[in-house]
Amino acid sequence: MAISKKAIKISQKHLLGIQDLSISDVNYILTEAKQFISLNKSKNKKLNILRGKTQINLFFEPSTRTQISFELAGKRLGADVMTMNIKNSAIKKGETLIDTAMTLNAMHPDIIVIRHQDSGACNLLSQKVNCAVLNAGDGRREHPTQALLDALTIIDRKEKIEGLKIAICGDILHSRVARSNIYLLNMLGAEVNIIAPSNLMPNDIEKLGVNIFSNMKKGLKDCDIVMMLRLQNERMTSSFLSSNREYYEYYGLTPDKLEHAKTEALIMHPGPMNRGIEIDTNLADDINRSLIKEQVELGVAVRMACLKIFCD
Amino acid sequence: MKKKYFLNANIIDPFNSIEEVGGLIVNENGKIEAVGKKVNTNNIPSREKYIDLKGNYIIPGIVDMRVFIGEPGYEYKENFRTLSAAALSGGVTSVVSMPNTDPVIDNVSIVDFLKRRGRDKSKINIYPTASLTKNLEGTNMTEFGLLQKKGIIGFTDGIKSVQNSRLMSRIMKSAYDLNSLVIQQAEDEELAKDGLVNDGIISTKLGLQGISELAEKIIIERDLTLLEDFNCRYHISQISSKKSIDTIKKRKEFVNFTCGVSINNLSLNENDIGDFKTFLKLSPPLRTEEDRLSLVKAINADLIDVIVSDHKPEDEEQKRLTFAQAATGASGIETLLSLSLELFHNGSVKLNKIIKALTCNPAKILKIEKGNLSIGNDADFCIVDVYKPWIVKKEKLLSKSKNTSIDDRKLQGKVMNTFVKGEELFKN
Repeated sequence: MAISKKAIKISQKHLLGIQDLSISDVNYILTEAKQFISLNKSKNKKLNILRGKTQINLFFEPSTRTQISFELAGKRLGADVMTMNIKNSAIKKGETLIDTAMTLNAMHPDIIVIRHQDSGACNLLSQKVNCAVLNAGDGRREHPTQALLDALTIIDRKEKIEGLKIAICGDILHSRVARSNIYLLNMLGAEVNIIAPSNLMPNDIEKLGVNIFSNMKKGLKDCDIVMMLRLQNERMTSSFLSSNREYYEYYGLTPDKLEHAKTEALIMHPGPMNRGIEIDTNLADDINRSLIKEQVELGVAVRMACLKIFCD
Repeated sequence: MKKKYFLNANIIDPFNSIEEVGGLIVNENGKIEAVGKKVNTNNIPSREKYIDLKGNYIIPGIVDMRVFIGEPGYEYKENFRTLSAAALSGGVTSVVSMPNTDPVIDNVSIVDFLKRRGRDKSKINIYPTASLTKNLEGTNMTEFGLLQKKGIIGFTDGIKSVQNSRLMSRIMKSAYDLNSLVIQQAEDEELAKDGLVNDGIISTKLGLQGISELAEKIIIERDLTLLEDFNCRYHISQISSKKSIDTIKKRKEFVNFTCGVSINNLSLNENDIGDFKTFLKLSPPLRTEEDRLSLVKAINADLIDVIVSDHKPEDEEQKRLTFAQAATGASGIETLLSLSLELFHNGSVKLNKIIKALTCNPAKILKIEKGNLSIGNDADFCIVDVYKPWIVKKEKLLSKSKNTSIDDRKLQGKVMNTFVKGEELFKN
């Protein structure tokens, strides 16, 4: 590309959601991320791009892959990374998010990574601190780095997203991954099918420019990618489904349902998986079909790119 | 008190069908002595001084049917003194207070306290409601008769809705016997559970639990069905959606009831919530623009009788939280009239209709001699410069809590003076 590196700039101070990003922002992040893929496979993974920078991970909700992925990403770039354990912090003693933000802000971090159970928590935080805020998932609203790593994974296999037909299937209602992916995949030119039982389908979601299906086989028809979502039982306060086995019968990804998609269709899942509930266990492990491991792998690269770009 | 003479005013008194240029005379006892076009310099003794209003408006003092006062229990949010100052600056001279205090207004002993505090600390007329059910629990009804004798004007669970249909039918029967006013905040609790905003594209985009308009409609349908058999004085506190209007329209033909709307739902829609503005977390929630327009239409069609401020002061700490954690409600008594006038300025509703919904209509429902300029009544009124532009600044609000839903909004129309019983208690 003819554009010099200095000319590229991200339009946002914070990464709160895909909704805020422009297509050039997205391409910038993905291009940066690609450079880290091979680094992460090499023996010496340490860079010093973020030497002297402080990264605080603020995880109000339990997380394995995202938290570790962000920690690793920061460390590989040479930042000083600390992760706040909410269980032992003042938040448990009744401190509000804003007060926590003020306290952390006084310590001059360069970047805060936040995951919170309430939608919009990262927006609130970003209004109160001077450093950049990266959203690692807020309530049901957005999980931008997940969508970016999903996009990178697809591009890694399929070269581009434009023109692909992609199904997102499962608990859409409670899913921030679904929302971020809808915005991003639409932006990159995919056709997006949303598949969910009506009880787990958010109201008016078709207004986001997607096709909606309550019949999985119809929704999967001719899809290039099938993105399965985790059934978020912890967010379900009342009866959404009759049982897990009935859910599996109608919405679990099984070889026979997958036949309705394209023959070479690939499977994705943001994890953690409920095997035997939303996905057949053999399909999840099928190295020819499943991109689940790649997603985790490329997640680190995407987060490195985000940290690098937003720390600037 | 000296007699007061006002001339050259645009007088609007919907109760007496007055809409004309004229004057107003307040006698020594703070009562209205004369009003209308007949009042001119010829009626005024030459030695008396009169005030030339130069075309400004005189309207009856506003009767606000839905106001939360912090006393007792939440004095840090609002007390009678601050509420009274805020109300007067907005031209409100009578308020109906909600029973959602700590303790709840649900028994006779606490009414005495309330009346005493209201009398001593506030300069406006306070009409307290008591709860429909003991401790707002929705299981046992309160003593409508005894509470009424102590001066309770009506019964409502305020922010809560009576869910149990059997209890609701019994409430209506008792209210019929005792001629009590039942005010329902219509919302099916289960359908609205954990809800934060209107259910639709905004709730989907923001990732917030939605509140379906069906939650409101179901309770309205149920209550109006019961009301057909157990006819009592019944008022729906606030409606927010087109669906509810459709129901009301059908039922008005054969059941007697009245209903209100919050000025917030008339002036704002769900898009105003923007980037998680917690000051716009309201109950009922702000709905779509289509809903808002149907509410405006319903005011014009007399399907909605009353506009309320739904004044619910919340301290800043309760709003500086995530949307899910933040308290519900907005402070609005001081901007009720000005924001209502927006509907007049943008050509949506006639001025007379707005004033009616703010004055004599609520007074009629409450059966009080307020909200009009009838001769012999207390001279509760305000002088309004209907065209004066101003900008809402939350720091400048007189209410103890600054949680306005319309910070920085440019409005047109401001109360210049407010009088209660002939005494000028606010001057801009």
